[in-house]
Amino acid sequence: MKEFTTEVINTDVLIIGGGMAGCGAVVEAAYWAKPLGLTVTWVDKAAVDRSGPVAMGLSAINTYMGLDGKVSQNPRKPDRYTEYVTNDQCGLARQDLVFDIGRHVDSSVKLFDKWGLPLWKDENGNYVKSGEWQVMISGESYKIIVAEAAKAALAELGDKGQLLERVYITHLLKDENEENRVCGAVGFSVREDKFYVFKANAIVALMGGAVHVFRPRSQGEGFGRSWMPPWLGGSTYALVLQAGGELTQMDVTFVPPRFKDSYGPVGTFFLLFKTPATNAYDEPYVGVYDELKQWAPYADAKPTPTPLRNYEMILAIKEGKDPFWMHTERVAERIKQEITDPKAQKKELKRYESEAWEDFLDMTIAGATNWAAHNVDPLEKPMELALGDPVFIGSHAASCGAWVCGAEDLMPKEYADAFPEQYNLMTTVKALFTAGCGVGACAHKFSSGSHVQGRIAAKSAVKYARDHKDFTPTVSDETINKLKEEVLRPVKLFEENKDYTTSPDVNPRYISPHNFLFRLQKIMGEYVGGWETTFGTSDKMLETALWKLGFCGEDIEKIAADVSVNNHELMRAWEAIHRYYVAEACTRTRLARKESRWPGYYFKHDYLKLDENERKFINVKYDAEKKEWTVFDRPMIPIITSPTGVTSNQEAAGVG
Amino acid sequence: MPSYVITEKCDGCKGQDKTACMYICPNDLMMLDKDGSLIGKEMKAFNQEPDYCWECYCCVKICPQQAMDVRGYADFMPLGAASTPLRGSQDIMWTITFRDGRIKRFKYPIRTTPEGSIKPFEEFPEANPDDLDNQLLFSEPQMLGVDELPKLQ
Ligand SMILES: Cc1cc2nc3c(=O)[nH]c(=O)nc-3n(C[C@H](O)[C@H](O)[C@H](O)COP(=O)(O)OP(=O)(O)OC[C@H]3O[C@@H](n4cnc5c(N)ncnc54)[C@H](O)[C@@H]3O)c2cc1C
Ligand code: SF4
Ligand code: SF4
Repeated sequence: MKEFTTEVINTDVLIIGGGMAGCGAVVEAAYWAKPLGLTVTWVDKAAVDRSGPVAMGLSAINTYMGLDGKVSQNPRKPDRYTEYVTNDQCGLARQDLVFDIGRHVDSSVKLFDKWGLPLWKDENGNYVKSGEWQVMISGESYKIIVAEAAKAALAELGDKGQLLERVYITHLLKDENEENRVCGAVGFSVREDKFYVFKANAIVALMGGAVHVFRPRSQGEGFGRSWMPPWLGGSTYALVLQAGGELTQMDVTFVPPRFKDSYGPVGTFFLLFKTPATNAYDEPYVGVYDELKQWAPYADAKPTPTPLRNYEMILAIKEGKDPFWMHTERVAERIKQEITDPKAQKKELKRYESEAWEDFLDMTIAGATNWAAHNVDPLEKPMELALGDPVFIGSHAASCGAWVCGAEDLMPKEYADAFPEQYNLMTTVKALFTAGCGVGACAHKFSSGSHVQGRIAAKSAVKYARDHKDFTPTVSDETINKLKEEVLRPVKLFEENKDYTTSPDVNPRYISPHNFLFRLQKIMGEYVGGWETTFGTSDKMLETALWKLGFCGEDIEKIAADVSVNNHELMRAWEAIHRYYVAEACTRTRLARKESRWPGYYFKHDYLKLDENERKFINVKYDAEKKEWTVFDRPMIPIITSPTGVTSNQEAAGVG
Repeated sequence: MPSYVITEKCDGCKGQDKTACMYICPNDLMMLDKDGSLIGKEMKAFNQEPDYCWECYCCVKICPQQAMDVRGYADFMPLGAASTPLRGSQDIMWTITFRDGRIKRFKYPIRTTPEGSIKPFEEFPEANPDDLDNQLLFSEPQMLGVDELPKLQ
């Protein structure tokens, strides 16, 4: 077997993941670490210039308040944002965390502007807002710009700051002296034959969300065309679980309503261009179903919550009224009617055309190619809309992830007991922080909110390292050796058994990461509420899924990786393992929830209703030693007032 | 398929130890066949796992030889169309070729400052470790555009 050397790196603060939250975390950590002389180490499995979902770029920043009023329309305050997010999530949100994003997020967006991201501005120099929260950008290089700022900040630390790319993190290290505390992480290089051991005081885990746990709609070579990029493997959730941390809302996957197959974005078409969408019979499908009234008061909220709008599509599908169409051509017709001067009309049409294509080319290029491949000019013909496949994401119009401590001036005191120490964005495990897609029950952060939350987490982590400066990580060599053996197990398994059969892919002694994933996806899709069942599931289906997932859990040890050419397949092996933990957490949480609160994300045939007695968070934990799962609930404690029944609880928030 | 390398144009990034496409792919898909032992094409790059490609074009945009392109996913895209970028330091140019031969061109800004010019802490005071105990992030409240952090009403 190929030898992997072991490299040990000691650091004060370890930041894992260089997506939006990671880039925010590094800037902030470097700023505070510098005068304290602390070291910061930053790791990603990819190149941070283009990693995470923003690798391709984005055409809009979806979270911006406009606290200074300098926006083309709709300046907003964090209270309104918190209320909006709570309603959109059908009444369940950690309002303290959401409010914290709302009060900070503008500062990240203004830094992006200063660093060179082209934000659209109106004739008065104000940011162009479409809808209530979204500002428009020409964001092809969004990720490159925020990564450059983070790298420049890290460079300010001299030899106390370092970035390691192409290192895949597989496990966190638990301290052997202090209970319930992390003190490092391990992983391997995808480029060199190296096993890495990081020993750290405080850790910020920012490895994003998870796709490919449910089966994507596209198949064959289109397998990678999920809405969410295939490189998000659920490491954040798996690592928090394995460290004994608590996750929340792992049942709440996001199902993206998007241009069919290519998953081109719809926000700008709805909000900026006011594009009409219809069912196959050219009728509206939004606001026409009485069934939705059962989801009051949330169904009455304006705008209608995303999971309920999705459910309207599901109801239409059940009536045989799909496919749906986005009538981009009607925007062109409207322009022609409204502007009669030929020159002005031509100009406006050109502008619309350019902005429509930019929306795709900045962030979902396949959407543009799909128009061209079908000979569809959006000024002339409509294009299909559809619901995609379920994904795990902490920062979008759904939010699963870690149960974390809130800011001391915002968090309701009832939540405090869950946390061994009170630091903003620390998980239920000491010294382990997260943000962005890692934080659950805190939807609608999006790119800007994830960046700013990464900053909040990093400031908190530096504070933790300062407050615990005498800490020394304790991990025995035996533990390290055992972990190294486990991480490289897929390599050994392949080496030792590959010659048993004539074809390396079909061998009774092991399973390839790819085939393991197919099995997982089939179970999730067919029993747990994938697109295969139009997102429906039931207790009996979930129980059957758990039985079958149990075998997947055992077969984790049978995943093999061929590293004869490079270590790529070893990464696939660990991604598959991390995805398995996400699948278990989701299935168990869905089984525990006895209602259908977000019916357009998933619904239960046997509890097809909203039940306000169930308005609570369902959390999940895993004991890695005993291999035991625990599912339990936590209360929803509001801190702001809302017209849709969310009561004020100022005292609890400790702000009087 | 989805991303592919045009044999004739790829020069293997002139044998440097990391090629541009390998460096950038967020999913670690691009590989270089140094000696021809992998795909029989010496010093040429290739996509080692096309079915995990997101068609993000990061490789296409960075390739110095314009040797890379994307052919739409076979499972839903009719053949014959292409979106081809040319990325400069401030703008990106796109050429869209329809299946029926129509062509459209668009140009969008990508950046308002020179590459490599970001100095994140310039203009802001150096950190005071005592401020670790308050709620303000670096650059705040200045970058918020208001005098103080909004409070819960
Ligand atoms: C398809 C899509 C479209 C979106 N559109 C918009 C939009 O239009 N506007 C908007 O504002 N927001 C949008 N968002 C939201 C925004 O992209 C996310 O909120 C944001 O990227 C989350 O940041 P993050 O840092 O938590 O995770 P990510 O940005 O996903 O970063 C995760 C990082 O972790 C690394 N990583 C993963 N696993 C490991 C491991 N095991 N070891 C080491 N490194 C690892 C990855 O390489 C990556 O760099 C969109 C999101 C998606 C998925
Ligand atoms: S970046 Fe372009 S020239 Fe360089 S190896 Fe890749 S395909 Fe070839
Ligand atoms: S298009 Fe994106 S995912 Fe596909 S090979 Fe290129 S960089 Fe990788």
